[in-house]
Amino acid sequence: MTDSSNTDLWEGLVTSALLGTDRRSPPEAVLPSGREATVALLDAAAVYTVRRRAGLVPVPAAPRPDPAPCDTRPQPPLAARRRLAQLLADRAVPSSGGRRGAAPDLTELLPQWLTKANEHGYQAPPPLLPALLDAARARTDLRPQVLAFAGSRGLWLARFNAEWRFALRGASGGGALLPDATDAGAVAALWEEGLFAERVALLAAVRAQDAGSALALLAGTWSTERAEDRLMFLDSLRAGLSEADEPFLEQALGDRSRNVRATAAELLSALPHSALAGRMAKRAVSCVGPHGSAGVPSIAVAAPRECDAGMQRDGVVPTPPTGRGARSWWLGQLVEAAPLSAWPERFGGRSAREIVALPVADGWSDELHAAWCRAAVRQRDAEWSRALLDSPVTPPESGLGTSSLAERAMLLSILPAAERALWVAEFIAAHGLSEAFQLLGVCAVPWAEPLGRSVVDALDIAREAGSYPWSFSGVMGLAERCLDPGESSRLDLLTATPDEVEGASPGAGSYWSEAFQRLVSTLRLREAMQRELVGTLPG
Amino acid sequence: MAAHSVVVMDEAGVRWTPEQVLALASDAASRTAGNKLGVRGPWSTAGSSDTGAVWGLCKGSGKKPYQTVIDTTGPAYKCSCPSRKFPCKHALGLLLLWTTDEEAVRASAEPDWAEEWLSGRRSQAERGRAGQAQASKTMDPEAARRRAERRAERITAGALELEQRLTDLLRGGLAAAEQSGYGLWEETAARMVDAQAPGLASRVRELGAIPGSGAGWPVRLLEECSLVHLLDSAWMRIERLPEPLAMTVRTRVGLPSAAGSQSIRDRWLVLSQYDSAETKITTRRIWVYGRESEHMALLLSFGAAGRAPQLSLPVGTMVDAELTPHLGAGQLRAELGAQFGIPVPMGSPPPGGPVASALEAYGRALSADPWLDSWPATLAEVIPVPDGEGWQLADAEGGAALPIASAALSRAGLWRLASLSGGRPITVFGECGPAGVTPLAAWSGDAFETVTLI
Repeated sequence: MTDSSNTDLWEGLVTSALLGTDRRSPPEAVLPSGREATVALLDAAAVYTVRRRAGLVPVPAAPRPDPAPCDTRPQPPLAARRRLAQLLADRAVPSSGGRRGAAPDLTELLPQWLTKANEHGYQAPPPLLPALLDAARARTDLRPQVLAFAGSRGLWLARFNAEWRFALRGASGGGALLPDATDAGAVAALWEEGLFAERVALLAAVRAQDAGSALALLAGTWSTERAEDRLMFLDSLRAGLSEADEPFLEQALGDRSRNVRATAAELLSALPHSALAGRMAKRAVSCVGPHGSAGVPSIAVAAPRECDAGMQRDGVVPTPPTGRGARSWWLGQLVEAAPLSAWPERFGGRSAREIVALPVADGWSDELHAAWCRAAVRQRDAEWSRALLDSPVTPPESGLGTSSLAERAMLLSILPAAERALWVAEFIAAHGLSEAFQLLGVCAVPWAEPLGRSVVDALDIAREAGSYPWSFSGVMGLAERCLDPGESSRLDLLTATPDEVEGASPGAGSYWSEAFQRLVSTLRLREAMQRELVGTLPG
Repeated sequence: MAAHSVVVMDEAGVRWTPEQVLALASDAASRTAGNKLGVRGPWSTAGSSDTGAVWGLCKGSGKKPYQTVIDTTGPAYKCSCPSRKFPCKHALGLLLLWTTDEEAVRASAEPDWAEEWLSGRRSQAERGRAGQAQASKTMDPEAARRRAERRAERITAGALELEQRLTDLLRGGLAAAEQSGYGLWEETAARMVDAQAPGLASRVRELGAIPGSGAGWPVRLLEECSLVHLLDSAWMRIERLPEPLAMTVRTRVGLPSAAGSQSIRDRWLVLSQYDSAETKITTRRIWVYGRESEHMALLLSFGAAGRAPQLSLPVGTMVDAELTPHLGAGQLRAELGAQFGIPVPMGSPPPGGPVASALEAYGRALSADPWLDSWPATLAEVIPVPDGEGWQLADAEGGAALPIASAALSRAGLWRLASLSGGRPITVFGECGPAGVTPLAAWSGDAFETVTLI
């Protein structure tokens, strides 16, 4: 039988089977006399099926994808790869919720593992990439680290799975394979045709090499970019912002999009010598100044009466949020955008600390200090930050500076890490842990001494006072992630279950011992993780 | 779950990977609980020995710590906790610690409390080997023959009934099968269970899943019906078949298959281990390949609902052991006999060929057992290639490819396969057949780490 007659025969069998042998007899060729039609049909179909299967041939190959670019970074050591697999496996199963028990929360250690691995410059093990991308899909806070770790192969892989699209449009650009920043042709081609993430990464790379050509690149296509893309590009100028960017930013003050204008104004105000900063200083200084007799100096505030077109062009938002007075709203924006260097001159050569200590007339104190806080953060001014933070041991409500924890946390983030840790340590020693959570969040990891010790001491005091550990679960969780792993041996003592103290909450002792056990085992685990990444273990 | 099977040697032999340990868990809750205990915190005096034993004391809620011992060669577990899960979370946690923290579980001498149970197990194993041979002799051969005859009669009745069912179906037309629904097939499958022909029953259930399963279902239904008919016909005329084929037919209808008397000692590469859960039973399939014999074998292990099957071999390792192949034409199933020493890393993957060689091997195997729907194959130098909605494994050179079976497209393993390759040639082990290839394990050129895909 030839191939085509075979196929015809099979077609005949299928038609007969589909319609039923009562309606359509099987082909003559399979019907020997005296056999029941259905049996003959099945016999013939069996022969055909087995014959077809035995003669299976490959299908034509589809076009092969371009191979992923070579990742030249080394693989993490074996023990570290296994640890990563363990951390990712924990993510896959939903946590049982409720009581946390004495075992570490592995999912919470994934960000640290990734940060360390990226510091070491390792590449992601390819078989773990899918789980890494899944983890980053579920948790946006993991994305920058995962994408950096995943590198070019991660981006290559993400193209094939719609669930990982975020990797392609993610603002960080991750490990996009970029042309040499000095290769003008390749740069221009990618800038014209690349994905958004690739373009953002390209802009950053070119900017790191040569700020001028990066601005030229941006200016070339600026008018044709979509508003949200213009905003993102502008935002990417934040890194390495310099006086050279001023003309471009000044021109962006006239942009069609309000968000773009606001961002341009914000960036300009962070350049103390920019024309915008000068205009803002002039406006702010006319509203805030020294007052009173020479004996008792104080600060007088005269908030602006209108928000004119010039102010609006410089990024001042005219309409206040509900519940705020328009004039104080405008004042806050002027002071926030004015260079802090304008104030010592305005107040007869006084230092930041002295200016902050001056009494403020007519109840403008909170408004003015809050605006100075925002200015100090925006201009990353450590001296003003110190002045506005005041001493950590002063009760917040009677201090000279700000009493808001959120503002304090922002100001702290401007100070050098060691100074930050010391300030928070003294704050905890003076006021306990109940208000410390936000402040601890801005301290560098691992916590520098004496911060770690003061947190542990405060937890120990809370335990002895007989409170339940879950009142401190936020700080406990932070301590698990941020304490120096070297502290674990000092903590061993605290893991024992003490005898119940009179007046203590019932059962609190054993819960505390469990919480400290979890703390100690998490610290040990972090220590092991770091050691594994260094690769001192065999393998 | 991430799977990255890396094995390391240390003074106490090979340590498993976290995935291999987690595969032992009977359910997701045990996995979570076990993973939480897989760190140093709660453990003390943990250790392992070169005979494959691991032990440790785990601090629980009570005063006295739980004593946990594992014999990884079984694997078998003993724990003083009251859990009825098997293995319990302590055993899983301790194994995880053993895989991830070499300093926490060092090679040392077995403590008394562990040694007692371990030596008990060892002597039991000795006795078991001697006892098995005797047990088969004590059975009454006459009674066994009568039982077998009665069962064969019932199977024949079942096969006749099934033939009638197929005849009715074809007389009325397959088009009507889509309307009649799954209930009718389920009922027929239950009749096959009554007829003590579980092999026929599971084929009938698969037939029931075909109508309405996507384009071309009538063709697939006709193919599968014709193979059921072929099996019925073969059973009815079994006395006229040569013995190896007759044995295969008996196994296919569901009679227990028996191991032969010839065993093969070799260093067996453990290529893949995966479970498939049916309603009442979990079947574990372990593919192994003999380094010297070049023989491929399938080890099966079964677990009742809620229990993981007992046999477990670490994928990516090489086990020096005796295997006894089952009888029957075209059968790869074997029983694991004595193991010599503990598993070591496998080194290089088994030798492989282009995609056409996998189909040729399947075709050859069909001549011994026409009911095979796939055959194991190692494909060398292949690239995973996206193809519309699906994927292929394509030869690096030339224009030939195999589609990846649709069931494998929804698994996380597909993405591990693509990621491992990165568009470059790799070695893939899988099951190949008319439905395409189901990839089970892969190796990239730059490292001989076995990446599990299922």
